[in-house]
Amino acid sequence: MKAFAQLFLSLDETNKTNEKVKILKDYFNSVPDTDKMHMLALFSGRKPKRQINSTLVRNWAIEASNIPAWLFEESYHVVGDLAETMALLMPQNRGSSHKTLTEWIAEINALGTKTEEEKKLWLMDSWAMLDSSERFVFNKLLTGSFRVGVSQSLVIKALADITGIEAPALTHRIMGSWMPETYTYEQLVQEQSASDDISRPYPFFLAYPIQETSEKQKSTDELKIDLGEEDQWQAEWKWDGIRSQLIKRGGEIFIWSRGEDLATDKFPELHPFLQALPDGTVIDGELLSFQKGQPMPFNVLQTRIGRKNLSKKILEESPVAVIAYDCLEYKGEDIRHKTQAERRVILEELQSATPFPEMFRLSALIQFSTWEQLGQTREQSRAMIAEGIMLKRKSAAYQLGRKRGDWWKWKIDPLSVDAVMIYAQKGHGRRADLYTDYTFAVWDGDKLVPFAKAYSGLTDAEINKVDYFVKRNTLEKFGPVRTVKPELVFEIGFEGINKSTRHKSGIALRFPRILRWRLDKPKEEADTIESLRALLGE
Amino acid sequence: MPKKPLLEFTDKGIYCATGKFYIDPWKPVDDAVITHAHADHAYLGHKRYLAHHFSREVLLYRLGEINLQTVEYGEKVIKNGVEISLFPAGHVIGSAQVRVEYKGEIWVVSGDYKVEDDGISTPFEPVRCHHFISECTFGMPVYQWKPQADIFKEVNSWWRSNAEHNLATVIVGYSLGKAQRILQNLDLSIGNVYTHGVIENTNEALRRNGIKLNPTIRITQDTSKEEVRKGIILAPPSSVGTPWMRKFNPYSFGYCSGWMAIRGAKRRRAADRGFVLSDHADWDGLISAIDATGCESVYLTHGYTATFTRYLNEIGFNAREVHTLYGDDEGINTVPEEEPVLHDAELNKVNGGIAR
Repeated sequence: MKAFAQLFLSLDETNKTNEKVKILKDYFNSVPDTDKMHMLALFSGRKPKRQINSTLVRNWAIEASNIPAWLFEESYHVVGDLAETMALLMPQNRGSSHKTLTEWIAEINALGTKTEEEKKLWLMDSWAMLDSSERFVFNKLLTGSFRVGVSQSLVIKALADITGIEAPALTHRIMGSWMPETYTYEQLVQEQSASDDISRPYPFFLAYPIQETSEKQKSTDELKIDLGEEDQWQAEWKWDGIRSQLIKRGGEIFIWSRGEDLATDKFPELHPFLQALPDGTVIDGELLSFQKGQPMPFNVLQTRIGRKNLSKKILEESPVAVIAYDCLEYKGEDIRHKTQAERRVILEELQSATPFPEMFRLSALIQFSTWEQLGQTREQSRAMIAEGIMLKRKSAAYQLGRKRGDWWKWKIDPLSVDAVMIYAQKGHGRRADLYTDYTFAVWDGDKLVPFAKAYSGLTDAEINKVDYFVKRNTLEKFGPVRTVKPELVFEIGFEGINKSTRHKSGIALRFPRILRWRLDKPKEEADTIESLRALLGE
Repeated sequence: MPKKPLLEFTDKGIYCATGKFYIDPWKPVDDAVITHAHADHAYLGHKRYLAHHFSREVLLYRLGEINLQTVEYGEKVIKNGVEISLFPAGHVIGSAQVRVEYKGEIWVVSGDYKVEDDGISTPFEPVRCHHFISECTFGMPVYQWKPQADIFKEVNSWWRSNAEHNLATVIVGYSLGKAQRILQNLDLSIGNVYTHGVIENTNEALRRNGIKLNPTIRITQDTSKEEVRKGIILAPPSSVGTPWMRKFNPYSFGYCSGWMAIRGAKRRRAADRGFVLSDHADWDGLISAIDATGCESVYLTHGYTATFTRYLNEIGFNAREVHTLYGDDEGINTVPEEEPVLHDAELNKVNGGIAR
């Protein structure tokens, strides 16, 4: 654990990529193989299962810190991170521990069968043996909230340097549902084939925005300069659903979402079509809810994502279907190296053979001969329930991660309204102890109705100014939330708008964010609830 | 009618009506007692100033020709029958707590203070009183300092490693207090200490005051980049990200402040290294200092006043929150030497007269 805590500290102490890679390599070279695999699991988002519920952890931390509960909460708002708050508040450790990361995780996992008393005893003893930096990472493991300031690609780069295996191969080998307890370092560095783990998805290829900022629109002439000739590109709608990979191998089916969550059970209506696919098939596509054959906005899908049990009603009224746009594996062979055009032919072939065309849909190609024409088609995105247009180079292979060059997304401009900030709350992580999370309102007669929360979109300098304003213009405090004198006006952008019974304003926005601070506008000139309702398109 | 308190909080600062003087006023007054020479405590424009001997040259350097009387710790000055004396606050060189006594009633204004002996400022001394006005910049239990010896071990080993890798070392801290504290605790066997002009001006003022400081070299236009590479550069917060600092590229830059205790604040600053080094008392330091005064009531100014006041009342003190200074309750605008972490723009406004 000391090495792991030190890894965290060291990564925090530099902003330079090369140094981070070096730190990662030093770590890999100094710890046992089992620790390497646990570290890889954690750094690629595979959290250990939470064995003690967080309320208990919190209560015992309060007890160990010997402060009142309210003061613990206040501290948490200042620190903005629960694991760190607990680490800072506890008294100095009494002893020290030489257990490895593997040993600690094994102990944590063994807690599942223990009584509450035993858990408490174990936790109090553990805290007393760890210094403050070890406690911090330990608390992160315990509360299952592991996020690191280093991208997976850097970890892969360090590992590639050490093992001599190429980064793309390693990236693929750590995809899927492996467990650090059973997947060994030896296996990781061995030659592998797709059959080693039939559930393993491929790394997703992600598009870059062609429109780099929302401020300045690219003209079609500029597009031509960036992209070249129209006939080298394939255009599709950019669907607003859940990006997924669907796998049929060895008679089994798997559905992966882009967050590398195995979601097979969440979409039972897709199982028949997947079962009907030939073995050794992997499809890339978007899951969307449909009603009467029409795709529905994301919020329809969203209402069922969180549910444990899917009601019959949902499955009947708005079943999910896949809009397929790529094929990555065919007849058991990895075909990612083939061109977009070749893969498209294979995909169409697969689709034409399915007995379930309602569930296995093709992402239609948009015909166009000039960029200008495509630009006009893009204007219809909202009516298509799409977020814009995807551009894929016909000659491109299926690549890894977010890359410039061959896949571009050309999103529609966000909808926007001018709104008044009325509540503020402190942020987390690097925004700890700063008021960065705001609630915005529009006018309903002479009242301001809150309709959206937004966290991002301002520069650090602007955040400082807003924070300064909030601290001096607080009207009321409700726990961590402050009611602020209504004065500051911001332009709020969003991708979609829908009716909602859960919100006071009666509407719910998709991806609200701050587009700009309207220093030029007094609060009286902010938009009204009517102008928002008008965007509902009713 | 209840008796008027000896000290009151007015829109100009802490005021003694009987003695007709203010303590650290922020608007022009006739008589000002100054706890220490930081910008948010020592404003320009008062008719008469009273401060500690060790603040003399720095005050003259920062405020120009002022009518300044300086005294020794413990020395008594009578104004309109009210006895004033200064006691060490341990915050920076020359910083003082102000003790005010009239007809047996004793008030103490802490100014800014820390309880750890930093080896250069006269160590904090608790003063018995009836009423104590205390700062609480770091009045949250998450702020708990390590002994400075531990911190300087980290600083020196970081410097040594930079020097070995041919990286310049830039260490950032406020020009009065933090800079000298760092200077006196560096391992000079590693290399020379180079200073930004603002810091060197302050050093010179202190040396004129008879303070012995380790040798420093002022960085000028002629200072060669290669020369400073093995040394360490002492720089003020206002120099972060300026062309002045960039010319030392490649360098590693460390930031010394109590705010560095929180990972988020550290990441926001984007410093290569954040050293948790503060000239303010930490949580335990504040409580022990308040306890040692034996006061019957304590008033909390600048810092996490609301939280700290509530806690003190819960553990048996008679504590009250005072909003007068800047109407701010979160230690954001009242502590310039720590402040840059949060508001560079605001700080520059406050420090406008100094950073030249």
